[in-house]
Amino acid sequence: MQDGIDTESDLEQLTESGPGEAAMAVAGGLRGVAEWGRRSFRAAEIDVRLVGMLVALVTIWITFDILSGGTFLSPRNLWNLSVQTTIVAIMASGMVLIIVTRNIDLSVGSMLGAIGMFMALLQAEWLPEILGFDHALTWVITGVAGVILGALIGGFQGVIVAYGRIPSFIVTLGGLLVWRGVAWRLASGRTIAPMDTTFQLLGGGSRGTLGGTVSWIVGGVAAAAFVASMVLRRRQRAKWGFGLRPTWIEASLAVLGTAVILGTVAVINSYPMPVNLARAYADERGIAWPEGGLQIPLGIANPVIIAIVVTLIMSYVATRRRFGRYVFSIGGNPEAAELGGINSRWTIVKTFALMGVLVGVAAAVQIARLNAATSGLGTLAELYVIAAAVIGGTSLSGGVGTIPGAVLGALVMQSLQSGMVLLGVDAPIQDIVVGVVLVLAVGLDTIYRRRASR
Amino acid sequence: MTTETRTPLVEMKNIHVSFGGVHAVEDVTVDLHPGEVVALVGGNGAGKTTLIRTLSGAHPADSGEILINGEHATITNPRDAKHYGIETIYQTLALADNVDAPSNMFLGRELTNRWGSLDDAAMEDATRKVMGRLNPKFKNFKVPVMSLSGGQRQSVAIARAVHFNAKILIMDEPTAALGPAETAQVRDLIEQLRAEGIGIFLISHDIHDVFDLADRISVMLQGRLVGTVNKADVTKDEVLGMIIIGKKPGETTADEVQSFH
Repeated sequence: MQDGIDTESDLEQLTESGPGEAAMAVAGGLRGVAEWGRRSFRAAEIDVRLVGMLVALVTIWITFDILSGGTFLSPRNLWNLSVQTTIVAIMASGMVLIIVTRNIDLSVGSMLGAIGMFMALLQAEWLPEILGFDHALTWVITGVAGVILGALIGGFQGVIVAYGRIPSFIVTLGGLLVWRGVAWRLASGRTIAPMDTTFQLLGGGSRGTLGGTVSWIVGGVAAAAFVASMVLRRRQRAKWGFGLRPTWIEASLAVLGTAVILGTVAVINSYPMPVNLARAYADERGIAWPEGGLQIPLGIANPVIIAIVVTLIMSYVATRRRFGRYVFSIGGNPEAAELGGINSRWTIVKTFALMGVLVGVAAAVQIARLNAATSGLGTLAELYVIAAAVIGGTSLSGGVGTIPGAVLGALVMQSLQSGMVLLGVDAPIQDIVVGVVLVLAVGLDTIYRRRASR
Repeated sequence: MTTETRTPLVEMKNIHVSFGGVHAVEDVTVDLHPGEVVALVGGNGAGKTTLIRTLSGAHPADSGEILINGEHATITNPRDAKHYGIETIYQTLALADNVDAPSNMFLGRELTNRWGSLDDAAMEDATRKVMGRLNPKFKNFKVPVMSLSGGQRQSVAIARAVHFNAKILIMDEPTAALGPAETAQVRDLIEQLRAEGIGIFLISHDIHDVFDLADRISVMLQGRLVGTVNKADVTKDEVLGMIIIGKKPGETTADEVQSFH
């Protein structure tokens, strides 16, 4: 790579002569800065793509904030954004593994519909007949049943793909129709509502949040865990006598990470409960209602916590477990994986089953949030989920992808969508923008990879 | 050699492999003793790689029997082969290009800690140790192997085969991607492994390599075994005669020998 850059600049110097000298000096300076940046990133072992995505996200946020006159970056909108992102983020973390093995799952939106409808019926109609309404166990039974159903549907599709050798594109395209039909048949197109009161808390409605104090505690623990994991990793490397990152980079990363975590909590906590809710809250606890009203923070929403836990687990599974290593090896070279003694087919079944589990979790959050299930639940979700994974750096040719990238991708997609809603952009135009962004993201990715492989 | 009376380490008997009616390997019988290098030679499409893939578990034979230490062995996949102490360096190297050298070396046999998490540090350490022996100049332990040179990739593939204490080593064109210095290293390694009592099947198209390294030479032509000869008993021309026209030593005429050159 180093050589390539040098020759390139030499060539430019040869062809460009005379009047362009000042411009060349500037270009040279810029190139120097870029090179310095690249070296620092390499020293810090930071993924340049991830940083690029963060820059893209910040650009989108600032643009929408200016266009919306400061509404986009208000605590209220950011709080909503955090909740809206969860469903796509949860599913995208599983889609990464599917795409890494050179497969695709087009059925996740329809699966979300079918599983969501199943869970809605279970808690609103079937379980109450046995347990009575609002039984303490209803939400647990419903959630577990939904997740198991997801694993079964996903695993079933995975078996057809891996052992039946039918391309996943076709199997899950069929699934897209089948599960949508199932979602409709389950309740003959009816809308099922309301959900169990405890179950509703999974969706992060006004009561489904941690509250200000607990949010700060969670943020503090997360920051401490982040720093501790960095220290631990450094000790581990030192113990084996491997190279260490420069201390100043390590320290600034720790400070940056802590700042991001605590800053996020601060923003979330600066969104107070709406007046009527705050009033009810005060009445319940016998707090006197002052003249100017109460500023009680809602805190982090439950689905956000669910999404964070899910993506942390998925990240761990992808990078620190055998299963994850196999997934990436299969994506990099299926034959090598097989010759290495990896049971590729069973691994692929597991990725689809895991995807199903995550769809189950996402479906639970979705119906809890809407407090209802309709047969159209999750329509087009597959598009957002695949887009999030791909924008997040997952290569459609397999072998490459990260969970944190996919979460960022989900945040980008959701920011685009909710930004456009905020600006009052028509729904058809929104679809056009999302479609164009998806193609653009893959295009940029292809260019990036072509340059990286030179 | 005097090993003929002992039980061979590997016996492959009457192996048949066909692909859609085409006989890739037809009734081939070869064997291998501990501390011996048997070269498998033949032109393109002679069936060397196909034959050896039945031993490494990459593609099961249609019929025939494999004996390891005189006992019947069932090898239907690469895991079975590894179980018998058979390690293979494939001509294609069989590396997952998107992961780093330690991950490739331990592919399918990852080290884990007591919670079942991957122990990347231990794997990197082991890889550094093996590489220190095989290719001391190798330094890129944290980058995907796709960004390594051909020679470095080859050392990763060799390191993988050597690390797990193989009893039987299959090397399919192990020096094809290497420069002269690295080729010399591989030759030293083969000598060293032979001295340790490991049996090696060496597939090579380089007749000089074969004559330098092998104890016996099995020649294949169009899926059939032409014959197996002791290196000491034959000349290069005689082996070339076997490879090209399938005639055993002594059957080749002077004119035919001329036509090889």
